[in-house]
Amino acid sequence: MSTLHVPTLAQMTAEGKAPEVLFWVGCAGSFDDRAKKITKAFAKILQHVGVSFAVLGTEEGCTGDPAKRAGNEFLFQMQAMMNIQVLNGYEVKHIVTTCPHCFNTLKNEYPELGGNYTVEHHSQFLNGLLKAGRLKIEGGQFRGKKITFHDPCYLGRANGEYEAPRELLEKLDVELREMRRCKQNGLCCGAGGAQMFKEAEKGTAEINHVRADEALETKAEIVVAGCPFCNTMLTDGVKNREKEAEVQVLDLAEMIALAEEL
Amino acid sequence: MSFLPQLVFAAVLIAAIWRFSKKAGTIARNIHLGKAQNRSDNPGARRANMLRVAFGQSKMQARPVAGVLHFIVYAAFLIINIEVLEIIVDGLFGTHRFFAPFLGNAYPLIIGFFEILAVLTVVAVVIFWWRRNVAKLDRFHKPEMKGWAFTDANNILYIEVALMFALLNMNAVESLLPEGHEAFIISNSIAPLWSGLSEGTLHLLERSFWWVHIVGILAFLNYLPYSKHFHIILAFPNTYYANLKDKGQFENNAAVTKEVALMMDPTADPFAAPAPDAEAPVERFGAKDATDLSWINLMNAYTCTECGRCTSECPANLTGKKLSPRKIMMDTRDRIEEIGQNMDANGGTFQEDGKSLLGDYITPEEIWACTSCNACVQACPVDIDPLNIIMKLRNYATMEESSAPSELNAMMTNVENNGAPWPFSQMDRANWTNE
Repeated sequence: MSTLHVPTLAQMTAEGKAPEVLFWVGCAGSFDDRAKKITKAFAKILQHVGVSFAVLGTEEGCTGDPAKRAGNEFLFQMQAMMNIQVLNGYEVKHIVTTCPHCFNTLKNEYPELGGNYTVEHHSQFLNGLLKAGRLKIEGGQFRGKKITFHDPCYLGRANGEYEAPRELLEKLDVELREMRRCKQNGLCCGAGGAQMFKEAEKGTAEINHVRADEALETKAEIVVAGCPFCNTMLTDGVKNREKEAEVQVLDLAEMIALAEEL
Repeated sequence: MSFLPQLVFAAVLIAAIWRFSKKAGTIARNIHLGKAQNRSDNPGARRANMLRVAFGQSKMQARPVAGVLHFIVYAAFLIINIEVLEIIVDGLFGTHRFFAPFLGNAYPLIIGFFEILAVLTVVAVVIFWWRRNVAKLDRFHKPEMKGWAFTDANNILYIEVALMFALLNMNAVESLLPEGHEAFIISNSIAPLWSGLSEGTLHLLERSFWWVHIVGILAFLNYLPYSKHFHIILAFPNTYYANLKDKGQFENNAAVTKEVALMMDPTADPFAAPAPDAEAPVERFGAKDATDLSWINLMNAYTCTECGRCTSECPANLTGKKLSPRKIMMDTRDRIEEIGQNMDANGGTFQEDGKSLLGDYITPEEIWACTSCNACVQACPVDIDPLNIIMKLRNYATMEESSAPSELNAMMTNVENNGAPWPFSQMDRANWTNE
């Protein structure tokens, strides 16, 4: 296994270099132990393919997504303006992120505040590398495995991207089993709209348990997500049904990194 | 020949149209009690969206059974209106089957086709009634569907059956009259049921069905503004003015942008008096009452036909939470109606009634259960956006009342202090690279 070398944009700029793409890690990707594995897997893929990339490191701050969804437009715009100052200062053009919430906010809600970038979710970026012939994926250890893909709301319905993650999975030669509710009709994991950070209102069930049941119904051995929050929610849901020994919850980037033995 | 029936008909027609226009005008006034919002960009894409979603009913087909049945009733409504045009001409000018001589041999084919549509409509409506009253589909029996909402839904079905019944029998009875037009494909089979009656009775029956049909249609027209059935009109402007951007892009609050820019500008003088031409400060952030919403939100509310597809896709509702996107729309409509009636009763100005949309109609528990997943927006066959209203209510709750759930306040404090929703230092953001 190669060591990870992740330069910050500050370091690269100091060396007079500009990366091909900025990897926006996001708060979950930076701090959450589970999500950090996704971050590392994606960084390894970039390094393996030879994409020159950098992160903002300590200069990155929350995009403001949870604040905006919690109704706090002030806090959202403060975060956005600070991030835009940093991004524009470095003349960033192209951003890739492993978090659909960061992706949506950077792509859709920053332009009106002066931040205009080409923003991609990692599934789109990796699919682009695949189509350009830079990334080669072989089935590897997942060949023939039964898997299901959970559409993150902020990638799918919010931005209309359903195919990029599925095209990547196809390359892994897996047996993709769609859930009853998928793509446009996919059921939320329960974390969006700042729900991740609060207890759910009184009800008869937890959303992530219902969604995990739908995933388990497909008899998939691996539940694939494309969002660190969905990952947490589904992992919890699978545990709730005591299926964690048989069913793994993995991110797209982890699948590819594992298949390529990175 | 007496002109009395023509005069009566003209009077009924004018009264019906006048009364409908007046009520529709009130609804238009109510919609414009909402805040201005410009959605007149990109007319080509807007027209295409309206044609696809409203005229072509593309989103209805996500559920094929209801989609196909609804398409039948909708197509019948559009097409049979051609015959209504003939009836109006006949009524006004004392003619009988005015189009028949012009269309010649095509006339029986066309009316026969209308009759087939009428029968299909009755079949579809019976299935609709069965789904609602016998099969009791879950989405038709949520708490917000009690009372008028339930009665209204059935009223529409009964009226539609009655109108089709009158149309078919009118044709059937007429065929038995010596001077009458021969029967058409369906009325041909109904006619024997009426045979054996005297010519005078038949004549009376034929006129009765004629009058019941056309007066029924005019009465139905006047029922629309009090009913969810108003969607047959508003579905068109509603889809034209729909949000065409990515669903994940929530609106930017320009008033906040100004203040944030000022806060972040190191050269700004915090004590400077506002420029004389500065816009008046915004009254409040977000929405507390229906009048704080935009006219698009209010048009959405009047367009809602309470089908409940939104609610049946809502993850919060599916897991037993109080939130129902349909109820958000119905509450918004009920509140703006109440405000409009208050104005009408008080000479056109609203008298404070101590109520508001957030609190008296929609509870905080409902708005905080939303995951902003856009399933409701995706599900709506006429492009209504309940999520936009929920977010405006959250804006008010958080920015004006500071009443967000305490865990969210803690999360926001973290974002403010250390740039992450959890209490981790921003200085540790890149630690993962060395772990």
